[in-house]
Amino acid sequence: MTVPAIELKGISKAFGPVQANKDISISVAPGTIHGIIGENGAGKSTLMSILYGFYKADKGEIWINGQQTSIPDSQAAIAAGIGMVFQHFKLVENFTVLENIVLGAEDGGLLGPSLAKARKELKELEEEYELFVDPDKRIDEIGVGAQQRVEILKALYRRAEILILDEPTGVLTPAEADQLFRILDRLRAEGKTIILITHKLREIMEATDTVSVMRRGQMTATVKTAETSPQELAELMVGRKVLLQVDKVPAQPGKPILEIEGLRVIDEAGVERVKGIDLTVRAGEIVGIAGVAGNGQSELLEVLGGMRPGLGSIKLNGAPLALSGSGSDGQARRAQHIAHVPEDRQREGLIMDFHAWENVAFGYHRDPAYKRGIFMDNAALRADTERKIEKFDVRPPDGWLAAKNFSGGNQQKIVVAREIERNPDLLLVGQPTRGVDIGAIEFIHKQIVALRDQGKAILLVSVELEEIFSLSDRIAVMFDGHIMGERLPQETDEKELGLLMAGVAGEAA
Amino acid sequence: MEKMPKWADVVLIPLISLLLAALLSALVILAIGESPVEAVNLMITGALGSTYGWGYTLYYATNFMFTGLAVAVAFHARMFNIGGEGQAMLGGLGVAMVCLYVPWPHWSIALLAACAASMLFGAAWAAIPAYLQAKRGSHIVITTIMFNFIAAAFLNYMLVNVMRPKGSMDPATARFPEAVHLPTLHELLAPIGINFSKAAPANISLLVAIFACFVVWALIWRTRLGYEIRAYGHSETGAVYAGISPVRITIVAMLISGALAGLMATNNVMGEAERLVLNSTEGAGFIGIAVALMGRSHPFGVFLAAILFGFLYQGGAELALWTSIPRELIVVIQALVILFTGALDNMVRMPLEKLFLGLRKGVE
Repeated sequence: MTVPAIELKGISKAFGPVQANKDISISVAPGTIHGIIGENGAGKSTLMSILYGFYKADKGEIWINGQQTSIPDSQAAIAAGIGMVFQHFKLVENFTVLENIVLGAEDGGLLGPSLAKARKELKELEEEYELFVDPDKRIDEIGVGAQQRVEILKALYRRAEILILDEPTGVLTPAEADQLFRILDRLRAEGKTIILITHKLREIMEATDTVSVMRRGQMTATVKTAETSPQELAELMVGRKVLLQVDKVPAQPGKPILEIEGLRVIDEAGVERVKGIDLTVRAGEIVGIAGVAGNGQSELLEVLGGMRPGLGSIKLNGAPLALSGSGSDGQARRAQHIAHVPEDRQREGLIMDFHAWENVAFGYHRDPAYKRGIFMDNAALRADTERKIEKFDVRPPDGWLAAKNFSGGNQQKIVVAREIERNPDLLLVGQPTRGVDIGAIEFIHKQIVALRDQGKAILLVSVELEEIFSLSDRIAVMFDGHIMGERLPQETDEKELGLLMAGVAGEAA
Repeated sequence: MEKMPKWADVVLIPLISLLLAALLSALVILAIGESPVEAVNLMITGALGSTYGWGYTLYYATNFMFTGLAVAVAFHARMFNIGGEGQAMLGGLGVAMVCLYVPWPHWSIALLAACAASMLFGAAWAAIPAYLQAKRGSHIVITTIMFNFIAAAFLNYMLVNVMRPKGSMDPATARFPEAVHLPTLHELLAPIGINFSKAAPANISLLVAIFACFVVWALIWRTRLGYEIRAYGHSETGAVYAGISPVRITIVAMLISGALAGLMATNNVMGEAERLVLNSTEGAGFIGIAVALMGRSHPFGVFLAAILFGFLYQGGAELALWTSIPRELIVVIQALVILFTGALDNMVRMPLEKLFLGLRKGVE
């Protein structure tokens, strides 16, 4: 039996009353890829932060290569040979690749010798691991996939033997993700140990040798990947049987509700984000917009939701919508029966410091139903909140709790309840299940499909292809502000969509 | 999960901050060779030991309630209105014009007109920084500070060149006519048999200030406008999502804030001085910031904090009068209170949060 590269023994960590990690033990053999999967809030990130020295465990031991090691800070983690690739890259955008790699690991006051040394070493590393990036390009000139490779090179340059990747594919196209997994394979072949943190079952199945499942701060199982199935892992994550596929009958599209023609959006910096798109959403159908984040989907939703001006023509039920100036704000959109589940519930959809019942009025606070004389009718609002909490199974069922004190899934349920219960003609949905646990995903998906079945039009934007596939009746792919093509979910696959998402045009839409 | 109970946040933290400030002040007083115990004694008897003392304490408190509310409303929209001083000066100008140039049959009507005028002038003075913030992104802190200086200069010009009575050497307006004299607490309380000091300046605008506390409370927590102001204050992108116009809220919140600061003039100009003089605001606009911070931007908190600062002002004045503790040191003590209750809030908050988390863990 070889000595494990990493061994955690009985790690516990509490934040106040919340037990983020409870008596966690894992052991990862050198030269393997170990996956850690769990819902948001299961404690994966806390565990890795302990390993990387951001948090100190309340109890437990860390053993690296058979030696007990204490990791009080990230410097110690680096010294112990641990490298971390964060979900959000920590790169200086206007530095070159080479400068970013050297940053924090300079040899002395003068930069020249460090850079020259790094350039030489970088070349060796690149060849050894087939990790190619141009060292003289600025970070903001290279793509997201390349930026991630820089992060990996940074860790390797610091002599990391153990690499931790936190949700590495969140910002990548499927093709880029595949490339990342090839790199990880190569690293494994060279003897590096890799810990892959993700909530995507597919990645675990594809890339890892062994996998640990976390639920509510506890390690519920560690299994060999080859001996398990996605279904089993999902059950271990949630603690009960889950439907991975949404049950729905075929759509029966009616008349066009939303007609977009030649829509262009120019952002505050003068950059054209949406470059003339045409799209129609009919009554009783869900149109999904697939695409890597940052290709104009957010701006499309924001124009429709009245959050930013646009150019071109949008009709709702045949009547033109104002795209700028008065009558184009969120209040006007709501009056026209457009409801909007925004992409970022914490910054947009909810006021985190407001009580749940105050949030139930958010955006609809001028509704006469919530009005009594010159005041707001808080009693009516609270009664309405009680109803919504019950119907949408928000937990805990406490309308006085501040939004920030609900879990991600329950926060989203509050937003979804508020918007769907308005019975809108058009529902805009952005990333409905980002940071939401599997149990709540199932529930939210069902609600969206139920609204469709009532003959409402739904426009869905999601970076999760799985979600696009399971919900959409029609899929449009956006890349660089254009719609690259429309497909029916039953007539396409992830590979084709992946190509469209990467800007490789298929046959004419 | 809340980090600590609400009562600890609103009661315990200000109290501990206050104690720390008092302790440090005691050390300073010791250092210059005076007795802190005696000093505290003197402050308490001077500010609260007689109706005369109370009359001054409440007079100052009235000023601070208005400016504290002004800052608090702006805080709710996440704006830092440092211009209370200038807005209150302009409010004074409005009051002076109303009182001097219109013959009023009775003080009550004059008071209503003075309220309207002071609010209008204060709001107008806040409107320009508000517009610049909303439309041009000029930071409200910078512009309101500058507007304080402009207000002082403008008032100087008005008093010296326009409103000064012929032949007077004093840069001040003429005394207001007897008809607009506001009843003092002495006059108000005498009919019900309470003998309140005749010399103290506290007057009926104290009731206006308390009424303003109620109105602000209802506005912020019970109306749609208040809802929008708070929502905008918590999250601008959230406000845009909900169709709340940031431009509109910025301007409206600042107008309300300016109006409240302007309203202070009913107390210091109409109620006390009964004429407009230079520097009539005496820094109350700035004290309002500390009052709003300490009062957690809640009208009731502002009410309590205003009385505390009224006490510090009056007690401090007594201290300067009866001991060799110099006037400047009183300012130091006030500054310490502001520092601890406002700026150093987190210094007390963080250990306390840890303590409560620890306690809760122990219970489980």
